[in-house]
Amino acid sequence: MMQYRSLIIGTFLCLIVLNAVALSLVWIPYDIKQLSIPDKLQTPNWDHWLGTDHFGRDILSMTMVGARTSLAVALLAVGIGMGIGVPLGLAAAARRGAFFDEIIMRTNDLIFAFPSLVIAILITALFGAGAMNAIIAIGIFNIPVFARVSRGAALSLWQKEFILAARVSGKSKLHISAEHILPNLTNLLIVQGTIQFSLGILAEAGLSYVGLGAQPPTPSWGRMLADAQTMVSFAPHLALIPGSAIILTVLGLNLLGDGLRDFLDPKLRKLQL
Amino acid sequence: MSLLCVDQLNIKLGPVSVLTDVSFSLQQGEILALTGESGSGKSMTALALMQLLPDIAKTDGRILFQKEDLTTKTEKELCKIRGADISMVFQEPMTALNPVKTIGAQVSETLILHKGKTPRAAREKAQRILDKVGLPPSVVPMERFPHELSGGQRQRVVIAIAVALTPSLLIADEPTTALDVTTQAKILDLLKCLVKETNMAMILITHDLAVVTNMADNIAVMQKGQIVEMARTKTFFSQMHHPYTKSLIAASGHTVNLPSIAANADNLLKVTDVSRQYRLPKKHLFEAAKYVRAVSDVSFSINHGERLGLVGESGCGKSTLTRAILGLDPIERGTITLNGHNVHNAKANVRRDIQVVFQDPYGSFNPRHKVSRLVSEPHHLLPNALSGREADHKISSVLEDVGLSSADKSKYIHEFSGGQRQRIAIARALIIRPKLVIFDEAVSALDVTVRAQILDLIAKLTTEYGLSYLFISHDLAVVRSVTDRCLVMKDGQIVETGLTKDILGNPTHHYTKKLINAAPKLPALSKGVSPHAQS
Repeated sequence: MMQYRSLIIGTFLCLIVLNAVALSLVWIPYDIKQLSIPDKLQTPNWDHWLGTDHFGRDILSMTMVGARTSLAVALLAVGIGMGIGVPLGLAAAARRGAFFDEIIMRTNDLIFAFPSLVIAILITALFGAGAMNAIIAIGIFNIPVFARVSRGAALSLWQKEFILAARVSGKSKLHISAEHILPNLTNLLIVQGTIQFSLGILAEAGLSYVGLGAQPPTPSWGRMLADAQTMVSFAPHLALIPGSAIILTVLGLNLLGDGLRDFLDPKLRKLQL
Repeated sequence: MSLLCVDQLNIKLGPVSVLTDVSFSLQQGEILALTGESGSGKSMTALALMQLLPDIAKTDGRILFQKEDLTTKTEKELCKIRGADISMVFQEPMTALNPVKTIGAQVSETLILHKGKTPRAAREKAQRILDKVGLPPSVVPMERFPHELSGGQRQRVVIAIAVALTPSLLIADEPTTALDVTTQAKILDLLKCLVKETNMAMILITHDLAVVTNMADNIAVMQKGQIVEMARTKTFFSQMHHPYTKSLIAASGHTVNLPSIAANADNLLKVTDVSRQYRLPKKHLFEAAKYVRAVSDVSFSINHGERLGLVGESGCGKSTLTRAILGLDPIERGTITLNGHNVHNAKANVRRDIQVVFQDPYGSFNPRHKVSRLVSEPHHLLPNALSGREADHKISSVLEDVGLSSADKSKYIHEFSGGQRQRIAIARALIIRPKLVIFDEAVSALDVTVRAQILDLIAKLTTEYGLSYLFISHDLAVVRSVTDRCLVMKDGQIVETGLTKDILGNPTHHYTKKLINAAPKLPALSKGVSPHAQS
């Protein structure tokens, strides 16, 4: 039990967030579009478990709906990164040392060399603020991560004798990459995916905080933080609650990623008899 | 009183008993050989002596070392004994050394740590020890890094570290298994000399009985965690009585009966003046590129139905040649043709006639596929896709041909032992009935009894499938038994070629002679064992 501690805690935290999101699709305590100025800036109480903001909106409801935006943006961004990065990495590994490999990897280095959040701000500033552009901006920076990780692992697989055996059977490099290399990378990609997912949540929060992510009235954790900024001296819970949500989700995903790596890698699994 | 006395040692890992009633004793200056096949408990015995067993191990019995029971010592006390009084040499010299430290630093580190010497004194002492193990500064300066040394030299460094503190007991766990035969002979000599000079005791763990015959004072044979036979080396071979020992010795000299080859058959594979060189990494930015010739001007041919052996030590160019013949890597000069067609970038109709069996029974299968999918991979080369039923039938029949059952096809590869995996590898090579199979060190990773079974299988299939093959091995005894003709390769060139029995019985090239002399031999036995055991 103890050796899977981080897996268990991580799964638990992620399940809380997922359940909250699932629940928000069918039911939330209060309608968040409904402003109710008389109820503004309440601290947590029985009617509003987590209090209300300066428009009298229920913070629990806002946090639940905001989770939707944050998770969707991060998930799609990971999808873009994996969907483009992994095939590029596999292709580069299959043609190790060739011109194609060099092009892909040097372009990756180029993207890595830029501070990602600044470029994301640039992209959203150029093409307009909004959730879609945030997804694309974060997704682009996920591509080199997945390309590099999958190329590295694929290179060592290409040296294995079962790959040689497949080549002797006349299979093309594309065929071998799909049939033999990719399935052996799944563990690695699951782990990298969870880590990138948590980074995506942070990036989305950052973009929304500077006003370039989801636009009003769609709530997101980053925007809630930005709104709370001016009132933090007399209503600290406005910042603490979305902040804690971000921390718990990112922590949960990181623990889950760590735990999955230990769990899925038989070499790290302790001898059990 | 003996130096080491192991008394009724029992070790369990959970419910599994790995050592049962192991007892032996060892005097100062004596060499004890522990032999047996993989999984017999040899290495577990060594780990027990070092008290480096996994946490879940339950120990019962006593290990008396210098009159003190090691099983009752605390971890702190044991740390003082390990390295200083008992030290160990491992099988793989590359992983046993730290790649980012010079060899001098690694030897002196032990001296500084355990003896509290000053760095300067430690360096001087380290140099003396390296001299003693055959690495004087004129040959290998102390400033070298492990990757700049050959395998044998690295193993000498590992030995130097092990004997630096003049331990009273040295445990050598398969110290020469990863080395070539000629290097093996030198390392064994070195170990023997060290034992004589310093009067330490040594436990030599090896799977190869022939290795220990000239070395050990006593031989113990282990099977399934028990010592089944133990005797003085002088009397061991004449008086052995346990059936397991006898089967081991019979298996190591195993010979097979090959069908006779048809006279004046046509050429199947023709290799003409093949050369291939690799570019070495540059040490300086503006240095001119340097090349190393992996294969140079190699020519030979294999006729239909012929079995050709290729013998050579590591780095002689065997692997480069194999990959070139399989059409996987390009060659610079020369031609390789199979049935008259060039093999490089060949179409399926040419590739269909050649398949390969690799050495490593663990790395040659995708762990995520079932046996049926693994075995049927070459079906990809067939002109028309087989129907599910036909494919299924072929898989079943080839599995039965290699001595497995058709029920095995729905299992995953981790459910099989090393020998069974090699059978599956052979099934994969034979399923499309190729004309030529390359066995690339195909039996080198197997225990002797399993190896004998696989060789029998190869002989049987040769008859049934009318196979021709190229059998690549570093082991002369194996090549002798399963090939008609053989080539000896050194530094990318073929130095000797001819009928196997002529080459091994009456070698002309000095390198072949050196190889034959370096191979460890079992003493001649009167009866019941084939004369091949002597090679």
